[in-house]
Amino acid sequence: MTIRFVLMVNKQGQTRLAQYYEYLTIDQRRALEGEIVRKCLARSDQQCSFVEHRNYKIVYRRYASLFFLVGVDNDENELAILEFIHLLVETMDRHFGNVCELDIMFHLEKAHFMLEEMVMNGCIVETNKSNILAPIQLMDKAS
Amino acid sequence: MGSQGGFGQSKEFLDLVKSIGEARSRAEEDRIVLHEIETLKRRIIEPDIPKRKMKEFIIRLVYVEMLGHDASFGYIHAVKMTHDDNILLKRTGYLAVTLFLNEDHDLIILIVNTIQKDLKSDNYLVVSAALNAVCRLINEETIPAVLPQVVDLLNHPKDAVKKKAVMALHRFYQQSPSSVSHLVSNFRKKLSDNDPSVMGAALCPLYDLIMIDANSYKDLVGSFVSILKQVAERRLPKSYDYHQMPAPFIQIRLLKILALLGSGDKHASEQMYTVLGDLIRKADASSNIGNAVLYESVCCASAIHPNAKLLEAAADAISKFLKSDSHNLRYMGIDALGRLIKLSPEVAEQHQLAVIDCLEDPDDTLKRKTFELLFKMTKSSNVEVIVDRMIDYMISINDSHYKTDIASRCVELAEQFAPSNQWFIQTMNKVFEHAGDLVNIKVAHNLMRLIAEGFGEDDDTADGQLRLFAVESYLRIIGEPKLPSTFLQVICWVLGEYGIAYGKYSASYITGKLCDVAEAYSTDDTVKAYALTAIMKIYAIEKGAGRKVDMLPECQSLIEELSASHSTDLQQRAYELQAVIGLDSQAVESILPFDASCEDIEVDKGLSFLNGYVQQAIENGAQPYVSENQHSGALSICNFGGQTHHEASTHGLRFEAYEVPKPVEQPKPTLVSHVLSTELVPVSEQSYTREVQQATSVRSLADAGSNEIKLRLDGVQKKWGRPNYSSPPSTSSSSSLNAVNGVSQHDGAGTVSLNFRDNTYNYKKQQQVEIDPEKQKLAASLFGGISKAEKRPSSTSHKSSKASSHVIEKSQETKSVVETTPPPPPPDLLDLGEPVNTGDSSSVIDPFTQLEGLLEGPAASSANNSSTFSSTKESDLLSLGDVMTTPSGFMDSLSKDDDLLSASSNASNDNGHAQQSQGSKGPNLKDALQKDARVRQMGVTPTSQNPNLFKDLFG
Repeated sequence: MTIRFVLMVNKQGQTRLAQYYEYLTIDQRRALEGEIVRKCLARSDQQCSFVEHRNYKIVYRRYASLFFLVGVDNDENELAILEFIHLLVETMDRHFGNVCELDIMFHLEKAHFMLEEMVMNGCIVETNKSNILAPIQLMDKAS
Repeated sequence: MGSQGGFGQSKEFLDLVKSIGEARSRAEEDRIVLHEIETLKRRIIEPDIPKRKMKEFIIRLVYVEMLGHDASFGYIHAVKMTHDDNILLKRTGYLAVTLFLNEDHDLIILIVNTIQKDLKSDNYLVVSAALNAVCRLINEETIPAVLPQVVDLLNHPKDAVKKKAVMALHRFYQQSPSSVSHLVSNFRKKLSDNDPSVMGAALCPLYDLIMIDANSYKDLVGSFVSILKQVAERRLPKSYDYHQMPAPFIQIRLLKILALLGSGDKHASEQMYTVLGDLIRKADASSNIGNAVLYESVCCASAIHPNAKLLEAAADAISKFLKSDSHNLRYMGIDALGRLIKLSPEVAEQHQLAVIDCLEDPDDTLKRKTFELLFKMTKSSNVEVIVDRMIDYMISINDSHYKTDIASRCVELAEQFAPSNQWFIQTMNKVFEHAGDLVNIKVAHNLMRLIAEGFGEDDDTADGQLRLFAVESYLRIIGEPKLPSTFLQVICWVLGEYGIAYGKYSASYITGKLCDVAEAYSTDDTVKAYALTAIMKIYAIEKGAGRKVDMLPECQSLIEELSASHSTDLQQRAYELQAVIGLDSQAVESILPFDASCEDIEVDKGLSFLNGYVQQAIENGAQPYVSENQHSGALSICNFGGQTHHEASTHGLRFEAYEVPKPVEQPKPTLVSHVLSTELVPVSEQSYTREVQQATSVRSLADAGSNEIKLRLDGVQKKWGRPNYSSPPSTSSSSSLNAVNGVSQHDGAGTVSLNFRDNTYNYKKQQQVEIDPEKQKLAASLFGGISKAEKRPSSTSHKSSKASSHVIEKSQETKSVVETTPPPPPPDLLDLGEPVNTGDSSSVIDPFTQLEGLLEGPAASSANNSSTFSSTKESDLLSLGDVMTTPSGFMDSLSKDDDLLSASSNASNDNGHAQQSQGSKGPNLKDALQKDARVRQMGVTPTSQNPNLFKDLFG
């Protein structure tokens, strides 16, 4: 039960953040992102937020123009992952205040830091927002 | 916070981000990135770059790779940045390195040193950053370099560091379990850590460990249960709550662990029942996260040793999922149903319409999940409908991965449950035609063997019919263009073996067809080889039967062409064919006898026919042969196990083929038949008659105990029958009691389906929705396999009518209770709800019921046999009518009633939560405008082309 990757991709299919927990070459990543974004974009809002792809599942959630896509193993609890995405967005929202696509683009490293705090080895390890943001705030102060 | 740009970011960086954000196409984006690569290559090697600038460069490199281009020229600068003293720069460096490099990259060796140093740092942020990197960059070889420090950090004063140290150790375990095998006890210790995050982190490695070896962790069941209980009772700090749910992700992980520990372990499971029951009962079905925990609890309840009350609660939860409007919940419901169905198959029947809705939903994800469920609930009575559906779906999709998957499932089901030979052949034809190149070649071999062997019965006419049917269907298909190679191989083989058998087709007709195949698929050597050999067989059969062989001119030219082929295999076959035709009929018959593909070929392993020659050689002074075994002094065991042992013990050449000269009476190489019996599930019409036999000739079942029947029952039970661990019908009972059991079981099943119809009716009334008769038909054919026996149980309903009226009152009573309090499953209803009677009820059944059952059994199941739509429909209507007039059958629908009630209240707030939370955070116009203004100041002007860029994510 692990997370394979976390992606943020906008409606035009442009990658805004990518974190892979297993190694893929750049070409493999590019191909994968293209395939799954196409799959997810083709779906309507009423349909499931889950898509099977190859031998794993993608759980996705859309916020305005930005898609959050999480690739997980087949035995993962999809609803929980769906809420994990929301937790990530809430955390970013707490940090940035009304987070938007540009916040992530301008502060790519911070978005990554948050994700690093939340997920290690493909497992969700931290869901407490204060714990997630504490090191990031400390670093901001230090510099 | 919340600023875009500014605060130390250069205009150059902002411009880059802006232009990437505004790129309208992939090509434009690529152009920007390629230009950026050029700039970076030039700028990054300049001397004395300020650190902040360097950090920007590194992030720009991250962009380059994220957008799909190679940034390896800058990796070394990211590595350098990890040396920096500033924590922000250091962590950015580590981040970039983890994004760029995999653990086997050459540059890693340069980082290990830095990591070692940082792990000793006084600043806990530095240590944390280093631990993050450890999890991503340390491979098996470098583990020893950091392991001692990581172990020390398990007791670091900062919880955040402890947590990451646990995860680092987890990573080492994943990479190389042996490297940390002496340290796994640390995970147990951390389970009792005061900090919930550390405890939660320890669950990750524990889950992996328990997955591999549950038995070593049974002692922790109590701990896990009590942790789960405490979490559920909100003993953790509020900051771990997510949407009012206490630490849901920890709860879910605990439930997954408990499912592993409780599986097949009654004692361990008993400790979990209370907490699971509480979780399911108190679940917050109004939020997604509440449902996620509920779903996990249901999964856990169906994985551990079953508990009737829990399963009932789980079934209720599932029905709420299935009745939801949210596709996500329905998906989860279908999945959970698939898990529960192994324990209580009757649950599926309650939800047939919901399942069919999901099956016909345009949403592909839901559809696939439903096929998965159908696969799990297939039995001989519904296999035709299910496999037909699957094949239709298989034809309609393009994704080869899923196509392969579903094709192999079709094959598996067909082999296991085929109601008739014809159906089996037709089904296989369809699968091969549409997915022939995707299925495993073994499937083709199985099919050939099946046609040759027949279906296990010693019935030559049936086998003959099967073969003739296969031949006919293949001759029909063979003309179609572009058949998959695998399928053609099967066709050629079967035509060669049985094409002219049974006298229906002439040799010239079949050989002509085979020549056509070889010609049409001239690029496929395998198919040509199959076709050629088939032609050879047909001529051999003709010749063997003493008929004159007239070779078709096209055959002649084919043989000529192939004897000059580049493929030596084809050449050999062509020459062999010519040689065989030249022989006299007797020789031909012994070379290629008719229908002998299944005969065991006796191999004279001892090569006794060489005895004379050997004797002569020895007399002439040759050294006698010393066998390998005599050499090594090993025991001369001539079985397969012995052989593998042998292989392991000796190196160099192997001599098995010549070893142990023993007479042929040695255990005949039963390999073929052995494999057959295990791999091929005998598919026959008997799987149908099984039910009849159960009802009618129960006596024979009971006293004769015919092996075959028993075997089949087993097979069915696994799929669909009573769960294995449920107490079997009392074995000590006499044969007559057994008979009663057989009948009562039937009755029980019948009433379940009756009840279902009752339910359908309710459903219809409540929802005021017209249910498509097509759907009903489908439902009946999918679920109502047994229900065709439904005319019969009139006596049962009569018997239970008293009970049922009683239950109705009860149900209304409890219904009102249910609305206020969470439903405590009433025990007396539980008993009634169980339709399959065991000992006590069967002893109540009056002899007339038995008799009736015995008489009607065959009739009912013959209707069953020909499960055509029309008959199904009729019986449907009948039963509906019945139900409307008399509420017959067991009233097990109490649970359904309150389901409907709650479902209606439930449906409305399924999505409510998400909307709510979004609503409260909705786009703040003022904020957005401010941001916009700020960005303008920075020189980043949003163009009208891309308005989405500035839209709030929460909008």
